[in-house]
Amino acid sequence: MKFSLLQQSYMNRRSGSFRGSSAPLDSSPDNTIKSPASIFWLLLHGICCLISLVLGFRFSRLVFFFLFSTSTTTTLYVTTPFHPLSRTSAISNPLTNSANDLLVSNSTVSSGVVVGRHGIRIRPWPHPNPSEVIQAHQIIERVQREQRNQFGVKSPRSLIVVTPTYVRTFQTLHMTGVMHSLMLLPYDVVWIVVEAGGITNETELIIAKSGVKTLHIGFNQKMPNTWEGRHRLETKMRLRALRVIREEKMDGIVMFADDSNMHSMELFDEIQNVKWFGAVSVGILVHSGGADETLLAAAKVDKEAEENLPNSVVPVQGPACNASNKLAGWHTFNSLTYKGKSAVYIDDRATVLPRKLEWAGFVLNSRLLWKEAEDKPEWVKDMDSVGENIENPLALLKDPSKVEPLGSCGRQVLLWWLRVEARADSKFPPGWIIDPPLEITVPSKRTPWPDAPPELPPNEEKTINQEQTVKHSAKTRSPRSKRRSKRKHEAGSVETQVSAKHSEQN
Amino acid sequence: MFAAEIYMHRFLLSSLVRTLNPNEADWFYTPVYTTCDLMPTGLPLPFKSPRIMRSAIQLISSIWPYWNRTEGADHFFIVPHDFGACFHYQEETAIERGILPMLQRATLVQTFGQRNHVCLKDGSIIIPPYAPPQKMQTHLIPEKTPRSIFVYFRGLFYDVGNDPEGGYYARGARAAVWENFKNNPLFDISTEHPTTYYEDMQRAVFCLCPLGWAPWSPRLVEAVIFGCIPVIIADDIVLPFADAIPWEEIGVFVDEKDVPNLDTILTSMPPEVILRKQRLLANPSMKQAMLFPQPAQARDAFHQVLNGLARKLPHDKSVYLKPGEKILNWTAGPVGDLKPW
Repeated sequence: MKFSLLQQSYMNRRSGSFRGSSAPLDSSPDNTIKSPASIFWLLLHGICCLISLVLGFRFSRLVFFFLFSTSTTTTLYVTTPFHPLSRTSAISNPLTNSANDLLVSNSTVSSGVVVGRHGIRIRPWPHPNPSEVIQAHQIIERVQREQRNQFGVKSPRSLIVVTPTYVRTFQTLHMTGVMHSLMLLPYDVVWIVVEAGGITNETELIIAKSGVKTLHIGFNQKMPNTWEGRHRLETKMRLRALRVIREEKMDGIVMFADDSNMHSMELFDEIQNVKWFGAVSVGILVHSGGADETLLAAAKVDKEAEENLPNSVVPVQGPACNASNKLAGWHTFNSLTYKGKSAVYIDDRATVLPRKLEWAGFVLNSRLLWKEAEDKPEWVKDMDSVGENIENPLALLKDPSKVEPLGSCGRQVLLWWLRVEARADSKFPPGWIIDPPLEITVPSKRTPWPDAPPELPPNEEKTINQEQTVKHSAKTRSPRSKRRSKRKHEAGSVETQVSAKHSEQN
Repeated sequence: MFAAEIYMHRFLLSSLVRTLNPNEADWFYTPVYTTCDLMPTGLPLPFKSPRIMRSAIQLISSIWPYWNRTEGADHFFIVPHDFGACFHYQEETAIERGILPMLQRATLVQTFGQRNHVCLKDGSIIIPPYAPPQKMQTHLIPEKTPRSIFVYFRGLFYDVGNDPEGGYYARGARAAVWENFKNNPLFDISTEHPTTYYEDMQRAVFCLCPLGWAPWSPRLVEAVIFGCIPVIIADDIVLPFADAIPWEEIGVFVDEKDVPNLDTILTSMPPEVILRKQRLLANPSMKQAMLFPQPAQARDAFHQVLNGLARKLPHDKSVYLKPGEKILNWTAGPVGDLKPW
């Protein structure tokens, strides 16, 4: 019978307590339910049942939690009038459970760890403390330094980076990229910047922000407008830098960082392993001006491609190894597929092709260049005997088989070659500083473009992503068909901004 | 996690310490796979485990005389379930049942360890939970990858299925970790199951190993293998092979009541201490001791167990009972246990 079960459970609980309950319940088992106290308990029991039903959880546990502190274990004073309840039909179970709960907490008093419900401790302001965050970062910094000492490069040599550059629209963009890569290095870096057209303030301003030791050399020839000419001039500039290294007897590892290339941090760690002359694999990001769909698809990048598959969508230049990880040959750039479709002028909309083997993929020990060095190997030609028209530094070697392939034998692509340039007549604010500050924005309808779209409402804010699709029926051959000029707002003259993205299609 | 019983059996089958002559044996091993009784979901069901164990003991005691000779004092059993030989996953029920009466005299090799707890017998050997060695090997990343995560944890904070009100699971400690540090960028904690779990552990400085329903967790093993300093949040826990591995020196122990101050505790540790712990963790013998590789290698967990057993030898003469003497009460325990399996 339900009620007698209840009675007996009450007896159990009572007998489990130290102190007698204040409830005047008779302890004889055959007590009738007619006594007022038991009716009271029953009513209370019913109310608690209903509350449980409504709330949806075991109300009793919550009550126990509130009444009994969780850190003490001497919680055996059964003065509560509330009864453990259950929504199932087995009423005796939870009662014995609760009794056991209390009994259990009694028995584990020696362990100090209480079984049962605990509070979730939340501190008053559960947010990070800034000074602790700084501390944590210092700890991480120290751990990483230790890791580098243990597993990284032992006794790193200083790096000599040769970069040919010249003043143009995208110069800041490219140079900042290289500069930031160099600033992150934990090694000593000497950055030799050779500038075509002589030393200019603009370039000086850019490289002064780098914080690494820089050497700014002027080369008194203007950069020609064709890619062919540019490559040749860049070669001359690099040789000039190498000559400076020779004269100054600079010590370290020489690498060629063209300003528009992208270098991964692993590259700099890997080239520390070079002994005399090394080569890495270069991913060629050949991008077309946007017109040719097939070329686009072919050049679609999987920039993380580490394998040097023959049919990979990113062509890779670099050393090729045979099965025993020895240099067997070279992967070079196959320009046949692009025959007739490559860019000639620097601002062509066509594909810009690299040379067969780019300078950027080679690293040398600076001692190779010195006139007199102790253990300079005999398979190196003297720099003076090499002319000015060499294709790549392999011409410096008598024996090209001595080249060390780096990056797990050319399997890792550690840098990417890219050439992106703006139109030759594109204007940009000098030093990329807008002075005086912009005041008025004039709507583009003022500018008499031939196929101007319908009038736009004048607006005061800069609309940055306003894409003007300018329709041209130009073929890929004709130059000047792609607008890559930047927008600038100065009082009086306005140019539309055309974002130089591939997504813009005619 | 519970596969240790199977691998231990396999190891002993082909091990050099095994002898087929019972008269010269020091220890007797009875392979009983108590966690292999599975629910339809694949999780182990401990309800019948006492009966399984009991029936097994009855079998060996009736066929061979070696059990009755010592009432099991020179036998050992592997009980890697949540609360060891208490054979239940809920702590209250486990405590209520206590250790199976039949196993009162035997040596228990278990993963559970908590000081002053009913389910931890004196003289038990604590082993680490099983973690798959090959799987962890395949997920190793180069050691020079810089450790950039400060604190890492992946797992449940609230067990909504079994503890909908909160406050029971992990004695509220995991929930406290979540509530206090979910907005803290130093703490990379979530309930996701990333595929790069092992790789992420190798990129972290500290790995949290809080208690769950039971104080032990495979995270401890994973942290030691991957060189991440374990932060153990479990009051009174007894860690495996405590005699062979200096846990105080390689891990950080945080009381459950100090969880809200976890960030202060961890950031105030001097870097030299942290570097020292990492150096000790990098010790390959420590990693070996946590693993159960197949086939067994030198100094791995199997050998640590054998070491533990060897240390308890020779058996005290008093364990050998005089004929006719009986200590164990074969009918003790809940009535349901007495049913044969």
